[in-house]
Amino acid sequence: MTPSPVILDVQHLTMRFGGLVAVDDLSFQAKRGEITAIIGPNGAGKTTVFNCITGFYQPTEGMIRAIHPDGKEFLLERLFDFRISQLARVARTFQNIRLFPAMTVLENLMVAQHNELMVKSGYTLFGLFSLPVYRQAERAAVDKARHWLDKVGLHARADDPAGDLPYGGQRRLEIARAMCTGPVLLCLDEPAAGLNPRETHELGDLLNDIVADTGTSLLLIEHHMHLVMDVSNRVVVLDYGQKIAEGTPDEVSNDPGVIAAYLGVEEEEIEIVMEDTQ
Amino acid sequence: MANGNVSDAPVKSGLDLAGALKDALVAGIVAFGLFALVLGLRTEQGPTGAQILLPRPQLLFMSVALVMAGRFLISLFFRSGAVRLPAVYLPAPFVRVNYLGNIAGGALLVFALIIPVIFFDNRYILDVAILVMTYVMLGWGLNIVVGLAGLLDLGYVAFYAVGAYSFALLAQNFGWSFWICLPLAGIVAAFWGVLLGFPVLRLRGDYLAIVTLAFGEIIRLVILNWQEFTGGPNGISGIPRPSFFGLPFTAADDGFAAYFRLEFNPSHRVVFLFYVILALALITNLVTLRLRRLPIGRAWEAMREDEIACRSLGINTTNTKLTAFALGAMFGGIAGSFFATRQGFISPESFTFMESAMIVAIVVLGGMGSQLGVALAALIMVGGFEVFREFEQYRMLIFGLAMVGIMVWRPRGLISTRDPSIHLRKAKPIPAKVVEEART
Amino acid sequence: MEYFIQQLINGLALGSIYGLIAIGYTMVYGIIGMINFAHGDVFMVGTYIALIAFLALIAIGITAVPVALLLVLIIAMALTALYGWTVERLAYRPLRGSFRLAPLISAIGMAIALQNYIQIAQGARVKPLPPIITGNYVLIDNGGFVVQVSNIQIIIVLTTVALMLIFSWIVSATALGRNMRATSQDMKMASLVGVNVDRTISLTFVLGAALASVASVMFLLYYGVIDFFIGFIAGIKAFTAAVLGGIGSLPGAMLGGLLIGLIETMWSAYFSVEYKDVAAFSILAIVLIFMPTGILGRPEVEKV
Repeated sequence: MTPSPVILDVQHLTMRFGGLVAVDDLSFQAKRGEITAIIGPNGAGKTTVFNCITGFYQPTEGMIRAIHPDGKEFLLERLFDFRISQLARVARTFQNIRLFPAMTVLENLMVAQHNELMVKSGYTLFGLFSLPVYRQAERAAVDKARHWLDKVGLHARADDPAGDLPYGGQRRLEIARAMCTGPVLLCLDEPAAGLNPRETHELGDLLNDIVADTGTSLLLIEHHMHLVMDVSNRVVVLDYGQKIAEGTPDEVSNDPGVIAAYLGVEEEEIEIVMEDTQ
Repeated sequence: MANGNVSDAPVKSGLDLAGALKDALVAGIVAFGLFALVLGLRTEQGPTGAQILLPRPQLLFMSVALVMAGRFLISLFFRSGAVRLPAVYLPAPFVRVNYLGNIAGGALLVFALIIPVIFFDNRYILDVAILVMTYVMLGWGLNIVVGLAGLLDLGYVAFYAVGAYSFALLAQNFGWSFWICLPLAGIVAAFWGVLLGFPVLRLRGDYLAIVTLAFGEIIRLVILNWQEFTGGPNGISGIPRPSFFGLPFTAADDGFAAYFRLEFNPSHRVVFLFYVILALALITNLVTLRLRRLPIGRAWEAMREDEIACRSLGINTTNTKLTAFALGAMFGGIAGSFFATRQGFISPESFTFMESAMIVAIVVLGGMGSQLGVALAALIMVGGFEVFREFEQYRMLIFGLAMVGIMVWRPRGLISTRDPSIHLRKAKPIPAKVVEEART
Repeated sequence: MEYFIQQLINGLALGSIYGLIAIGYTMVYGIIGMINFAHGDVFMVGTYIALIAFLALIAIGITAVPVALLLVLIIAMALTALYGWTVERLAYRPLRGSFRLAPLISAIGMAIALQNYIQIAQGARVKPLPPIITGNYVLIDNGGFVVQVSNIQIIIVLTTVALMLIFSWIVSATALGRNMRATSQDMKMASLVGVNVDRTISLTFVLGAALASVASVMFLLYYGVIDFFIGFIAGIKAFTAAVLGGIGSLPGAMLGGLLIGLIETMWSAYFSVEYKDVAAFSILAIVLIFMPTGILGRPEVEKV
């Protein structure tokens, strides 16, 4: 398989909160058109890494490079959080689902297209006078929203308040909303949390679909091992803020260090057990 | 729920007299503690000039008894769930907003248009109408900031003051007409909105509230003390009154009355002023309704819901907030200009924190960024305030207690539904209970 | 130089008063995350209670200063605490968990109600109290400006220090203090481990009001005159102090209070008296803009 170019290059990322080192000298790469997963036991620092990449924390040290298909590069540790989405086109979803609950599903998707619409509305001026150029842009935005609603199966609930959706629906809406910003990299923070096995399976299909359809690369934090093993092209394993393994799902799931980290036992014991059972 | 009773506590069959009596007794003891010194004794200047105390046992007794009786009734009827306070839900079709308005809004508009016709000779009612309309406009202006964008602004009176003083100074020093000075004053106010907003809009909710309060007070104090520029406590007087597009409202031959061959009546000017403020308010309303359906308006409401999510979607929340703030400031400034020309005289006393508090209360009471709600709230609060004028001192006390009471009764405001700004198939109003706590 | 020292002394006394009020703000903000707008007016009510208590004691013949002072303190603390408790029960508890603005509006309404309640009950005129604690000590007398510290100033500072010690002990060593700290960090969890959250919050308000009432008594004795409007300005200044010192931090509140007292006194002494309130508001704005966590506050990390 020809190596795809890199979309996210994390180098020596370190995050310190006072005396606590949450992330310690982490380096890894995510490739374009692939699904990369970050896994690790609780407290390993996964969400911290995420927040550094998506601009909610300022990394203490390190460099995070986002490389677009056309070659443009962005240093994410230097950008303001909203610029990461606006310029670097890196989108994210949240562990605790952050929708706009009092706005309808459709409105949520329209807000996601804010920047594009603002420009097309002449920064509100064209819109104020209802000029055709704006009305066209709004129609196109609604079409795009409709496209994603169909993809995530929420078309029937377009006019319902987002807060009314069932949990699974809210998750899917969040993903659809992030995709409406037209990102090159979508970061998902535990997208399968709280989903039942069937929904998790559908989520996996959706993620594969997104990559195949739009070419957007995905970066996930996940605990659902089945999902991770199913959809990921590459897995990075963290423990206590450090990378302890990186590779394909198969490589990583057989790595004694990874097993030890999850089970909380020493690596040597795992090796002994593995040798015995081989 | 079939019977509408959503209380978790088991509903006791029958009324709990013993429990209510116990509650009343506790309330009575508390009331006695609260009132014993403050109501029971009155400090007065005695014959020697020193302070003496006058006992008022009847007042104390009556107050305590009143509290006990009230608590008894509340415990008896409301706590046991036997009687529930009606939650006033205006039926959906009645308040649904579409592009042209709705029944309630339309009715109010028609009523507003014909007020001067009905009450032509009643100067008092016309004055009250103008006052209410001014607060409606201020409410609609602040609604952009607080209701739509969710920014807690407790210093809105600053822009009101800036608009009034800008107008006064422009009119006096340059002699320009009302129609020129008005938009200019609005622009000055908008400019101040950006200036004041820029450093503070990144602050979190409560801090923003206090900082805006501080700014409001600073501006008032500066106006109060800067005698040379603003006239200090004496204010600015002799502000030119508006003319009917060039025709002054005087009894002279070149006046409005003479031109239209009407008998001169001082009410003409007042009626004209009413229609001016009505027009200004309606412009505020239309602009707001239009903006709500545009990306910027949606971004405001999204910011109110969850600012972090907005930032993750690439929205520059600082600029979005600044726009709301500046726009709100502009409308506040225009209202201030109107106030200046209506009174002919302005002084710092009209621009206290109480004004800001009143306008914020109107917006919050209105509910959920609803324009109709704000108009109703202004009508109730300002109108109610006027109605109680005879009660003098007591009306402020009642006002304060009413603010508490209304918030406890309906924390989300009068209009508890939100109308979506865009729909795929069918616009469905969103009830307030769907909305979670806004995340900070 | 002597003038400066005098202003220093005056500033510390005034600052102690502000500090005591500021603690109430900071405690309530720490525990339920809301600004108790009505706190300044609870302080004001305290001054009236203290005044009436003094006059009543004089009327029934208790004129020995230490006895009267002690009795007034007890009465003022008890009754003002009752006001604090009532305000919380009526205006804030029903709105707990409601959206941000509702308790703020309710608080503003309560503040307005308290102001007018006093205005109606006791009249709008300023109320004087004949000087009860008089006398002073001369510290420096070189023939130029005489530096004095008055007895009342000494009492203010000593009382404040004593209260701070007692209060710190309460917060760190008692069950109540533990409950308060737990509730302020995680209300839901605290209730799950058995803390009576309602009672803890009520007691927070009660303590805050009690401390403010000590400030009320001191204020009354220091300035000798009160009116129904002092609550608003004192409240703003005390809140500024709480923010300056770091909202949520108790030593911060006292530190902020002292700083604000000093700044206000120095400003009035060396610049202008008319603009001293502008100075207070400006400091508030500047602190909030540039240093929202204050001097001793802990910076809050945004939870994403």
